[in-house]
Amino acid sequence: MSSVLLRSAPALRGALRVSAAVKPAAMASTSFVRGKATLPDLSYDYGALEPHISGKIMELHHKKHHQTYVTGLNGALDTIAEAESKGDFTKAASVAPLLNFHGGGHLNHSLFWENLAPASREGGGEPAGVLKKAIDEDFGSFDAFRNQMNTSLAGIQGSGWAWLVRDKQSGTLQLVTRANQDPVTGSYVPLLGIDAWEHAYYLQYENRKAEYFEAIWNVINWKTVASRFDKA
Amino acid sequence: MVNFGNILQYLAVQSSQNSLSGEEYNITKMAVTTYALPTLPYAYDALEPYISGQIMELHHSKHHQAYVTNLNKALQSHIAAVASNDIAAQIALQPIIKFNGGGHINHALFWQNLVPASAAEASPEAAPSLSAEIEKRWGSLDGFKQAFSAALLGIQGSGWGWLVKEEDAGLRIVSTKDQDPVVSGEVPIFGVDMWEHAYYLQYLNGKAAYVENVWNVINWKTAEERFMGTREDAFKALKASI
Ligand SMILES: [Fe+2]
Ligand SMILES: [Fe+2]
Repeated sequence: MSSVLLRSAPALRGALRVSAAVKPAAMASTSFVRGKATLPDLSYDYGALEPHISGKIMELHHKKHHQTYVTGLNGALDTIAEAESKGDFTKAASVAPLLNFHGGGHLNHSLFWENLAPASREGGGEPAGVLKKAIDEDFGSFDAFRNQMNTSLAGIQGSGWAWLVRDKQSGTLQLVTRANQDPVTGSYVPLLGIDAWEHAYYLQYENRKAEYFEAIWNVINWKTVASRFDKA
Repeated sequence: MVNFGNILQYLAVQSSQNSLSGEEYNITKMAVTTYALPTLPYAYDALEPYISGQIMELHHSKHHQAYVTNLNKALQSHIAAVASNDIAAQIALQPIIKFNGGGHINHALFWQNLVPASAAEASPEAAPSLSAEIEKRWGSLDGFKQAFSAALLGIQGSGWGWLVKEEDAGLRIVSTKDQDPVVSGEVPIFGVDMWEHAYYLQYLNGKAAYVENVWNVINWKTAEERFMGTREDAFKALKASI
């Protein structure tokens, strides 16, 4: 099942970080041995996104929330593998919602950490080069894009994410929102994601989520977004 | 004039295939109702230590208020859209009305089904008929609490858990997503808000502890009254306050 998840989302292979160090001998002895999803390290300190996102939020968000998705994903994969080995495909299929939720949570957060950076380093500013050109063409201007993204974020009813994606079919950039932890799939390649769950901002911004949506632009890593765009 | 029936009727129209201009639910004939934030029947810090005063204050004065404000705004816009025969605008407003109307209804029911832990109403003994029915259905009160708690913890994202009474099926635990309102025919007995804003400042990611503690502040007297009454009765109690 994990290989299916990886196959259907080739651009996200790095994000899943399934361990490649499974020994061939072990592979041979059990039909369903596979790598475990693991929590990726952040490339910056928990406090490095302050004052825009507090260190406490980052620590809980990474160490607790993301870890829960990793644990849940591995648990779901274990259940599926066990059910599969017994030929109980009804049981295996019943795990699909958990796989989607925790697998999506793992993918989304892995992408999110990488498209953030401290404001003192790559974070903030505006995109350049071909990405800037594409944003200007598809949204009118960077400001118009940012406003539309903030409107999308504010319009999410409940928990979810907003994404800047490249639609491989039309070749254009688009904004999409996803409920809960539903991952971006199909012809959409995720370039930039913003977590609109309350846990992403509540300790610092409480109910004032519009302030969080404003502040986060100071810590967007446009280098990451540009490199995803190049590969999309 | 406050008329809680309007929003229920509106939501009923949305979920059925009735024509919007049908005689029975003629929205243009509805008066412009302005909904108001109900006052809490207890102080913000009265549910401590189980739900902090800071959570209660933000939850009531900010979150619930935002649902009320946005509901009123959307209903105004909707009436204007009906008057100008702008069907596209009417359709675009429906999810906004459902979300904010649901948020208003759910929170209004929620505040009433909570009570300070020291009150007599916080004991299941205040709900003799409901308790008997719960024991019949789940074996014991503890069995029910476990099942309800599991439903709460199984919610993926924002949502609510409700104990409801259905005409045919009797008592049932349901979970609803986001602010989907409990207006589809069941009698809501009590609900628990599982949005992160309901517990995060106090419990952080430890939502299981919130779920465990919320049992201390369930208002079993309200639950009993709702259980004994009809769906209309449950909402009638709300009409007076909003
Ligand atoms: Fe998150
Ligand atoms: Fe709430």
